[in-house]
Amino acid sequence: MTVPASTVTSRHSLLVRATHWITALCFLALLVSGVEVLISHPRFYWGETGNALTAPLFTLPIPSSRSSVPTGYGYVLPDQNGWSRYLHFQSAWLAVLTGLIYLACGWLNGHFRRNLLPGRADLSWRSLSMVIANHVNLRFASDADAWSYNVLQRLTYLVVIFVLFPLVIWTGLAMSPAIASAFPSAVTIWGGQQSARTIHFFVSVMLVVFLVVHIAMVALAGFRSRMGAMITGRPAKNMEPT
Amino acid sequence: MSGFSRRQFLTTGVAIAAGGSGLALATGLAHRYGLIPPDSGGLYGPGETMTYAAQRLLTQHSMAREFTHSQISKAPFANAVDSLGEGFARFQEGGFTGWRLDVDGMVARPASFSVAELKSMPVRSQITHLACEEGWSYIAEWIGVPLAHVLDLVEPLPHARYVIYRSIQPDWWESIDVAEALHPQTLIAYGMNGGELPVAFGGPLRLRVPRQLGYKSVKYITRITVTDNPNLGTPCPEDWHGCANYGYAWYAGI
Repeated sequence: MTVPASTVTSRHSLLVRATHWITALCFLALLVSGVEVLISHPRFYWGETGNALTAPLFTLPIPSSRSSVPTGYGYVLPDQNGWSRYLHFQSAWLAVLTGLIYLACGWLNGHFRRNLLPGRADLSWRSLSMVIANHVNLRFASDADAWSYNVLQRLTYLVVIFVLFPLVIWTGLAMSPAIASAFPSAVTIWGGQQSARTIHFFVSVMLVVFLVVHIAMVALAGFRSRMGAMITGRPAKNMEPT
Repeated sequence: MSGFSRRQFLTTGVAIAAGGSGLALATGLAHRYGLIPPDSGGLYGPGETMTYAAQRLLTQHSMAREFTHSQISKAPFANAVDSLGEGFARFQEGGFTGWRLDVDGMVARPASFSVAELKSMPVRSQITHLACEEGWSYIAEWIGVPLAHVLDLVEPLPHARYVIYRSIQPDWWESIDVAEALHPQTLIAYGMNGGELPVAFGGPLRLRVPRQLGYKSVKYITRITVTDNPNLGTPCPEDWHGCANYGYAWYAGI
């Protein structure tokens, strides 16, 4: 396999590595603080409104940090919403600013076109089914895979970057009464603020599923080499391009 | 790698200088236009400042969404409140005729109003969403006098920046900036869904701030104080994370 000279020294550019780890840190903070806020009302609704006196769309079978929420548990968890909300929004700002830098640079330097957009040939049913079969049989970690994303990776990363992240940011903002006052249609398009909250939850679950699969794949493909590539830019020695 | 070239060195220097002066300029402008919240210090200060500044700029003239009568929640949720005490019970027995709302601080004409006096002022009625930071919400009609009207009567001094409002409950208070206080939808509410404001929902008087989360809409208000002090004038009990809001962010637009 031939690799363009400019990418030989580095599997991932400094931009990709820096934004990857800042985003990872932010996501962890958003997840912890998000779960913390969620347990103050682990019930979900559809439409504009919903509270402990109205029928929920569904309820998570977990205890709550508020005594006013009927959970079936005989105890109430401590209220940690103060710092959780501060941390949630601060991490969100950092993640959004990092994401904007990533998008602008990735657009300008051809990162999306070169590394994430699948080739036309890769999208054929034949090619796709072969890659899927390889994944199902846990057959990967070829040398080529260490230096380029396969078609499933490309499609997954594109969905995470251009669908899930924008959705989770939008539905998060749609819960804000001030944002709702400035941009009412950003809320009504989802059917109301409670709908936006419910979608925010489901998109977050999808992002967590992505994270779990992502880490599992890194482990299966060779934890040291893949982590090395994302930290220093260079995969382990035995993964040098040939 | 042969280290930085002269050109790279110069470019980096110019970029750092530009970034630094840009930041200084932004900070200066933010102070000048009131975009720095009282809780801008500490670990979460940067995020909080960005949230407040961004939303202040975006929502300068925005109006909270208003709904139709058919959208009023059949089951509004009155969050639990601590025991209101004997003092409150006496006011309640008297039909709240003795209840007073004092307005003081940085104003030319401090005043005190009864509920009846507030009801004789221009009425505003609006059907808005009340969302709690916990995640639940309801829609109700709120009837009251705009806080802006009452502030007009007492004539705030030009350098006033914040309005503090206190509940009859000990140590329970909140504050908003003057922009939110003068917003036409910020009400001193005494009515709900066509009737009196029930005690469970904050009667006889509740400050309704529909563009912020429920914890800024303090129930049972007895005193409004205009101030320019960003520390908001009240000492902090030791078990609170922050001075302003029991550990919660001062600005609650999100």
